[in-house]
Amino acid sequence: MKKGILINIAKALLLARWRQTLVAAIGVTFSITMFVTLLGFMNGLNDLLDGLILNRTPHIKLYNDIKPNANQPIKNAAAYKEKYHFIQSIKSDANKQAIYNSQAIMNSLKKDERVVGFTQKLTAQVFFINGTTDITGVLNGVNAPEEIKLFHFNDYVVAGNAADLEKESNTIILGKSLAEKLLVNLGDVIQLSTARGDRFQLKVVGYFQSGLKDIDMVQSFASIHTVQKIMNKPNSFVTELDVKLKDINLSIPTAKEYAQLYQTDAEDIQTANAQFETGSSVRSIISYAVGITLLIVAGFGIYNILNMMIFEKMDSIAILKATGFSGKDVKSIFMYIAMSIGFFGGLAGLLFGFILSSIIDQIPFVTAALPTVKTFPINYSIIFYIIGISFSLITTYFAGWFPARKASKIDPVVIIRGK
Amino acid sequence: MSQKILEAKNITKYFEDPVKVQVLNDINFSINKGEFVSLTGKSGCGKSTLLYVLSTMDTDYEGSIYIDQDEMPKNDEGYLAKIRNEKIGFVFQFHYLLNEFDVLNNVMLPGLKLNKYSKEKIEHRAYEKLKLLGIEHLALKKANQLSGGEKQRVAIARALINDPHIIMGDEPTGNLDKKNSDLVFDIFKKLAHEYNQTLLIVTHDPSFADRTDRIIKMEDGKIIS
Ligand SMILES: Nc1ncnc2c1ncn2[C@@H]1O[C@H](COP(=O)(O)OP(=O)(O)OP(=O)(O)O)[C@@H](O)[C@H]1O
Ligand SMILES: [Mg+2]
Repeated sequence: MKKGILINIAKALLLARWRQTLVAAIGVTFSITMFVTLLGFMNGLNDLLDGLILNRTPHIKLYNDIKPNANQPIKNAAAYKEKYHFIQSIKSDANKQAIYNSQAIMNSLKKDERVVGFTQKLTAQVFFINGTTDITGVLNGVNAPEEIKLFHFNDYVVAGNAADLEKESNTIILGKSLAEKLLVNLGDVIQLSTARGDRFQLKVVGYFQSGLKDIDMVQSFASIHTVQKIMNKPNSFVTELDVKLKDINLSIPTAKEYAQLYQTDAEDIQTANAQFETGSSVRSIISYAVGITLLIVAGFGIYNILNMMIFEKMDSIAILKATGFSGKDVKSIFMYIAMSIGFFGGLAGLLFGFILSSIIDQIPFVTAALPTVKTFPINYSIIFYIIGISFSLITTYFAGWFPARKASKIDPVVIIRGK
Repeated sequence: MSQKILEAKNITKYFEDPVKVQVLNDINFSINKGEFVSLTGKSGCGKSTLLYVLSTMDTDYEGSIYIDQDEMPKNDEGYLAKIRNEKIGFVFQFHYLLNEFDVLNNVMLPGLKLNKYSKEKIEHRAYEKLKLLGIEHLALKKANQLSGGEKQRVAIARALINDPHIIMGDEPTGNLDKKNSDLVFDIFKKLAHEYNQTLLIVTHDPSFADRTDRIIKMEDGKIIS
């Protein structure tokens, strides 16, 4: 009841100056609209770029780097211990690229609780025969169904079907730029030759587009068995195991552990793509900074209007005080005014922000780099809306607090005498 | 019978601005229930200042004030606001009404603040007060649509809404013509004599003062009779 009367007075004062109130509320609405839209858009972009790299990058990559034997015989010669060694007699061996005992590692990964799944991979250097010239390329042997499931392989196969690699033997998916260079269409048969000179014929069942032209110029995919056959290697021969974890944040320690356990090189996604995290957080910071700046400007608008209102309503404030309203009551009245501007302005801002986001979401955004994206990406997370309304309430609270305190301190005697 | 409603003891007040001047000098008096008292004196002798002190709005003074035998604290703003709401009705020279509200709501406002009765009861009481002052037909008009005399009567109705111990007025007729002045005077007189309402009214108008029960005369911050 007592609150009710203060709210009624606040309402009456608001309505008496509804034009100014509206302007103040529009300021809040505008900044919250921009805030919500900007955050939604920036985070949409973040998700997109994360997806571009993070979704198809294994959380941990187990492989063997080609490197010389660390334990060169000359090191064992005590006479040259302190000298610089020019002679490195044991050279790197390409066979060492294979992951040793891959079957045992895979069995152990299958049992690992932290692992969502993994795929085997086998990479071979090949030449695509194109009339009289050969084009160098990389042929990846993959397990297509697993690759689709874990690393969204299908998203990047723009023509044909990735699953066909397993269904039909001797099939290949070419990078789109590579296919254009080779002048081949779906269903055509291409010839390729291995580094050792063996020739094979493979049928093109799809094009692959990663969005990165350098990759699309050289990469191609075939089933792992096809590649093992081409390379003349046994069934257990794999050069890479790509592991997807349940929690991406565990990739660094888990990678270290695997490197120890399996005696392979292990690269984790966080170390490999640290710059992406930075880009994402910079975009978030920019959107928060712009949103908060707009809100502060809107806050000054509210501050001004309340000050003006208090200046105009001195008489009313004096009367309220003379008839028994305390300074606290007067302060509450002006806080109600400020908070209702913040609340309703903010609410309208959320609505307009949602509408504006939806509009941006409809704008076509077609780029060769992102085959799965047709319109600008928007993230509609409820979190941004909660942050938006909280920010508007907090800003208006502070914008209202100082004028309200000033109003509560008005001495009615001074006003009544002043007449 | 002679119950003291308002008592001032050794009230002294200085203004510091620009040099220290004494405005009120050891003022002592009391007012009994149902008395209709006028406070007169030359311009600048300190009448308004005294009234603001007595009304608890001005707490910067020395001495003590008792309302209904309770001493008024000087530093409890919330408590003094409550006292003003419940026990004092104030009528100003310039009829301060809230222009955002209609007449009825202006009258009801201190009642709603006091929150002693239900809203319906307060509205009913407000109508009674308006009727008493002969302006119930204006109840739904906006405050700024009234004439000066009408406004002053609304202000009196508002002062009455919580059945205060005392009504204080600072030249409530100062801005009115003879006819409206007489009207307001008659209302005060009726309140005092028929409803046993205590009134303390500052006035410049000798004909007004002469018709009250008792005149307190001030000169240079002192009471002389
Ligand atoms: N805020 C102030 N600061 C300094 N001096 C003041 C202040 N207010 C009033 N005075 C002085 O105090 C004295 C008393 O003023 P007050 O208003 O009480 O007189 P008054 O008796 O009501 O006069 P009037 O009949 O003209 O209304 C005056 O001399 C006035 O100039
Ligand atoms: Mg005066």
